Amino acid sequence: MDLLVAVTLFVMAVFLGVELITKVPPTLHTPLMSGSNAISGITVVGALLAAGSDHRTFTAVLGFAAVTLAMINVVGGFLVTHRMLHMFSPKRRAQRSVSGGPGSASNNPASPETSATEDGGP
Amino acid sequence: MMDDWTTLGYLVAAVLFILGLKRLSRPRTAVRGNQFGAAGMLIAVMVTLADNAILSFEWIIGGLVLGAAVGALLAVRVQMTAMPELVALFNGFGGGASVLVAAASFIEAADLATGTTRLSAAAALASLIGAVTLTGSLIAFGKLQEALRWSGFPGMRVVSAAGAVAAAVFGTLMVVDAGNALWLWLLIAVGAVLGVMVVSPIGGADMPVVIALLNSLSGMAAVAAGFVLDNSLLIIAGSLVGASGLILTQIMCVAMNRSLPAVMFSPAPSGDGGPSADDVYAGKVRSTSPDDVAMLLESAERVAIVPGYGLAVAQAQHAVRDLARRLEDRGAEVVFGIHPVAGRMPGHMNVLLAEAEISYERLVEMDDINPTFEQTDVTIVIGANDVVNPVARTDPASPIAGMPILDVDKSDVVVIIKRSLSPGFAGIPNPLFAADNSLMLFGDGREAVVEVTKALQQI
Repeated sequence: MDLLVAVTLFVMAVFLGVELITKVPPTLHTPLMSGSNAISGITVVGALLAAGSDHRTFTAVLGFAAVTLAMINVVGGFLVTHRMLHMFSPKRRAQRSVSGGPGSASNNPASPETSATEDGGP
Repeated sequence: MMDDWTTLGYLVAAVLFILGLKRLSRPRTAVRGNQFGAAGMLIAVMVTLADNAILSFEWIIGGLVLGAAVGALLAVRVQMTAMPELVALFNGFGGGASVLVAAASFIEAADLATGTTRLSAAAALASLIGAVTLTGSLIAFGKLQEALRWSGFPGMRVVSAAGAVAAAVFGTLMVVDAGNALWLWLLIAVGAVLGVMVVSPIGGADMPVVIALLNSLSGMAAVAAGFVLDNSLLIIAGSLVGASGLILTQIMCVAMNRSLPAVMFSPAPSGDGGPSADDVYAGKVRSTSPDDVAMLLESAERVAIVPGYGLAVAQAQHAVRDLARRLEDRGAEVVFGIHPVAGRMPGHMNVLLAEAEISYERLVEMDDINPTFEQTDVTIVIGANDVVNPVARTDPASPIAGMPILDVDKSDVVVIIKRSLSPGFAGIPNPLFAADNSLMLFGDGREAVVEVTKALQQI
């Protein structure tokens, strides 16, 4: 790839990223951060190339360590974001505004009995 | 070199990342957005594995399995209150991976004498940014775990400046003397020290800024690694992350009325010179009991709850949900006022309250809730301090002067649940605690809320 083409790609992608992110509401800032963090694990692609180049053992070990670190970032990042976003999902919200879905009574002994209005469905 | 199919696969992955980030911006589509991102990553990995550039697989498979297992374990086991720590840790690993990729590529090019100025320069940048991200994130992780309290030594800024100069020198030497891996290792070492030096003095309420900035840096490290490998996908995906981290950094700085250089390079604001805690509090602080708070709440029609980092520390989110539910059963209107920098990372409070199944529509942003405090009967502040300190509005000499705050003091009664009168991160006393319409409910956040809820049930 020509250097100028690569630089163009970089600059355009930064502008695109700014446009995409400016609209995210504060409620989603944490999932956005952990989700984009997982995307930054894209360096796993570079790590695969380094680990698989068959050049010499030392560079392969560096590549192995890079693949491991990047995979922790990628798999952990997407999974934990999913866990978080699942909590925001409308399905889990009850029709009542503050209280939650059917599972809520079980994880808190102090909560009152599940009431009839609380079926958890949208 | 990459073949055309690989390049096309990377294009698909890049499009999935862009669509994923777009969908992450709305609660209804966010789960799908994250899945798009994960799908893009899967395609990127598959396409790379199928490419002819991969010659041996034994190291790769070991790394893939080990990394995936560790990542999954961490993601499944983490508590929602510990989310800032985990994101910091993942960030660091991403930065570390970029360092290693750059190092492996640079050494291979040096061995084969295929290095170019461009490759060396990009490898220098990737090593430096990646090393700073790695150690900076680990320090941030330690600080968030409260395992690390060290905040540097006198004259550290001089050492940091010397380190920056050394990094520039070693980076240049990597380009000029490209066959010599010594400069690479020296640069990585200097970067690692710099990461420690820059992040160590930062703490407390400045943490959201640091986390956002490190997030951005991990993206930029991936971009630099993309220039090393001449890989379009690394450049695009890394840039998207770098931009998103920068935007969040900017939002956090605005919310604290501090500039990024002020957060990074000036010491934490100190309360020296202002009124002392004794002057502010003496004889004016009224403490209250859970029963009295329940009496107040019983007749309240509109209640605002303002959470801070103390809510996370006390794991009080479920208790707060129960209190809010009870109040609503009694016909009161309950809203949550969220300050942008409450907690230790952007959106931290929202995640905790969502975990307790409180609808995000009940979480009101600062600018929207502030005009409504005058019509609020009772405001309950849980584990927040500086973000509700009226000094920010009234005293131009205060270290937090001009910082946007939640105007809780304008509601009829303010109940502040807090362990003691100790100051927040800014280190200054809070006149709110001594105000005529304020009541202090001393104790652990979760226990206090549970007690109030119980008392309310008995009325």
